[in-house]
Amino acid sequence: MDALAPLIAASMNAGTPLMLAALGLLINEKAGVINLGSEGMMLVAAALGFAVTVHSGSPATGFLAGAAAGALLAGVFAWLTVWLGANQVACGLALSLFGVGASAYIGMPYVGATIQASSWGIPGLERIPFLGPALFQHHPMVYGALVLCAALGHFLYRTRAGLVLRAVGESPESAHALGYKVRRIRLAALLFGGACCGLAGAFMSLVYTPMWVEGMVAGRGWIALALTPFATWRPARVLAGAYLFGGITILTFHMQALGVPIASQLLSMLPYLATILVLVLISRNIDWIRINMPASLGKNFNPNS
Amino acid sequence: MNATMLRKTLQALTAASAVALAAAAPASAEPLKVGFVYVSPIGEAGWTWQQDTGRREMQAALGDKVKTQYVEDVPEGADAERVIRDLAQQGNQLIFTTSFGYMNPTIKVAKQFPDVKFVHSTGYKTAPNVATTNARFYEARYVAGMLAGKVTKTKVVGYVGAYPIPEVLQGINAFTRGLRSIQPDAQVRVIMVNSWFDPGKERDAALALLDQGADIVTHHTDSTATVQAAEERGKHAIAYHSDMSKFGPKAQLAAVTHHWGPYFTREVQSVLDGTWKSNQVWGGFKEGMVALEGFGPGVGDDLKAFLKQQEDAIAAGTLNPFAAPIKDNEGKVRLAEGALDDKGLNAMDYYVEGVVGKLGKN
Repeated sequence: MDALAPLIAASMNAGTPLMLAALGLLINEKAGVINLGSEGMMLVAAALGFAVTVHSGSPATGFLAGAAAGALLAGVFAWLTVWLGANQVACGLALSLFGVGASAYIGMPYVGATIQASSWGIPGLERIPFLGPALFQHHPMVYGALVLCAALGHFLYRTRAGLVLRAVGESPESAHALGYKVRRIRLAALLFGGACCGLAGAFMSLVYTPMWVEGMVAGRGWIALALTPFATWRPARVLAGAYLFGGITILTFHMQALGVPIASQLLSMLPYLATILVLVLISRNIDWIRINMPASLGKNFNPNS
Repeated sequence: MNATMLRKTLQALTAASAVALAAAAPASAEPLKVGFVYVSPIGEAGWTWQQDTGRREMQAALGDKVKTQYVEDVPEGADAERVIRDLAQQGNQLIFTTSFGYMNPTIKVAKQFPDVKFVHSTGYKTAPNVATTNARFYEARYVAGMLAGKVTKTKVVGYVGAYPIPEVLQGINAFTRGLRSIQPDAQVRVIMVNSWFDPGKERDAALALLDQGADIVTHHTDSTATVQAAEERGKHAIAYHSDMSKFGPKAQLAAVTHHWGPYFTREVQSVLDGTWKSNQVWGGFKEGMVALEGFGPGVGDDLKAFLKQQEDAIAAGTLNPFAAPIKDNEGKVRLAEGALDDKGLNAMDYYVEGVVGKLGKN
C-alpha cells in the first residue's frame, strides 16, 4: 500500500498535461476542425510560460501567458484554415514544426534558469493517510484539469451552446442554414483548444519538470492527438485515457526499479500497446465511433459557396 | 595530481610550446581553421556543453594560431553529411564531429577531402585522415559509486539510464562495483527510460526510485531532471556530463564529468606541427578526460581526500574498476581472472552482481 500512493500521485501528474491538451483538441474536433499543431503550441507555451514566470515570479501569470500563446497560435491556424480555406492537416503540421523552432528561440536565454518549486495540498484532506499523498497533494492545475473535464462534458451534452458546437461539427451546412455563424464558432473552438494546449505546455515547464529545455514536451502533443479517437470524443473517456497512459508509464518505471524480470524495451512499449488494444476493442463496435466522431471532421466549410 | 591540475598543466605546457613555436616561425601566415559539429544546442549543461567548453579551452590555449567555428543542433543523418562537407569546403583543416551518429557521414566526407583531418567522437570507424576519441566515463563512475557507498543510509541507490547499450552498462556496472566495494550489501536499482532526452520521463523515473527507498539517484541521460527531483525530495544526486549544482545545490554530491580541452589542444597542435596521425584515444583519469568534481556541502575533506586517492590509483593503473572476479546479477562468472579489456568493455551486455533489474536476452 505504501508503494501505491506515490504511484497514483505520479500517474495523475503524468496524465494531466495529456488530458488538458486532449480536451482542447476534443473541442476543436467537435467543431469539425483537426489541429495537428498541438505539439508546437505546447512547446511555445512551455517556453513562454517559463520565461514569464522567471520574470514575474508568479506561476499563475506564467499559466496565463502559456494559455494566451496557445490561443494566439491557434488564432493564426484558424485564420489560415477557416477563413482562407487552407488544408487543415498541412497547416497543423506546419504549426508543430514552427513551434519547435520558435520555442527554442524564445527559450534560449532561459535554459538553465530555475523557478521556485512549491508543494501543494488541499488543507485537511492532504493529511488523510494513503488518500492524502495519493490524491490531495497536487498542484491546483491537476484539479483544474478534472474540473475542466466535467465542465466540458456538461457543456457539450447539457447546454444549447454545446449542441450548436456539435451541430457545426456534424453538418456545417445545416448549421449555416439555421443562421449560425459557422466560422466564428470554429474560431472560438480553436482559440479554446489552443488555450488548453497552452495550459498543458505551461504545466510541463512550471509543474511537471520545473525548467525549460528545448524539446521538453517530447511528443506529448502527439499523444494527446491520439487520445481523442481513443476516447471516442467523450470528455470522461479522455480523462480515463490520459490517466491510463500516464499510469502505465509510471507503472513500468516502478516495475523496472523492483527488478521485475521483463526487458525494459518491452515495458516501454506497454502504454502504446494498451492504446492500440483499446482502439481495437472500440473499433469492434462501429457504432461507438460513428455516433461520436464529428461527421465534418477535417473538412473546410465556405459559407459563400 | 588531480584531473583539474593535470588539465591545467597540460594547457600550460601546450601554451608554452605554442609560444616557443610562434617564436621559431614568426612569419606564420593564416590561422589554422578548425570546425566543430554539435548534435544539440550548446545550452548550459550536458554533452555538447562539455564539447564546446573543450573548444573554448583549446582556443584559449592556442590563441590566434587557430580560428574555430562550430555548427550546433545538427541532426545525425543526411544533414550531418552536408554540414561536415560545408565545413571542409570552407577551408577547415581539422574537423571534430562530436556525436556517435556522425560516424558514417564523417567517413564519407573524409574520403572526398583526403587533405582535411577529422576527429570523430565515440565511434569505431577510422581512416588515414579520421581519428576517434572517447572518454572512460566508467572510471569516474566507479569512484562516484564509492562516494555513494560512503553516503547512503538506505543502501539503495537509484540509476536512471537511457538505453541498455554497452556505454550505459559500463557506467552502471562500474558504479555498482564502486558502491559495493564500500557497502558489500548495497544495491543499485535501474530504470531505463528508453530516451536520451525526455525530462518528464527522467524525472518520473528518478521519483519512482526515490519512492522505492533510494536515498541517492544518479543518471545517464542528458537533462538535469534527475538532480532537480532529488533536490525537491531532500535527497542526494550524482550528476552526469556537467556540474549541475545550480539545479541541486543541496542534492548534488558530485558530478561525473568529461573534459576535452587538453585533448583538442593536443590534436590541433599536432596538425600545426605537421605530425598529426590517425589514432584512437580512449582516455580516463590519467589523460584528464574524465573527472569527479562539483562536490556538494555534504562531502567532507576526508572523504574528498579518500576519493582522490582512488582516482590516482585508477590513473596509475593499480586500481581497475573491472578487475576479476566479475559476476553478473544472475550468478554467472563473467571474468575469472585479470581485468576486463577494451574488447570486453565494448561488448558488455550484462548487469553485475548488486544491480536489481534484467536486460533483454540477446
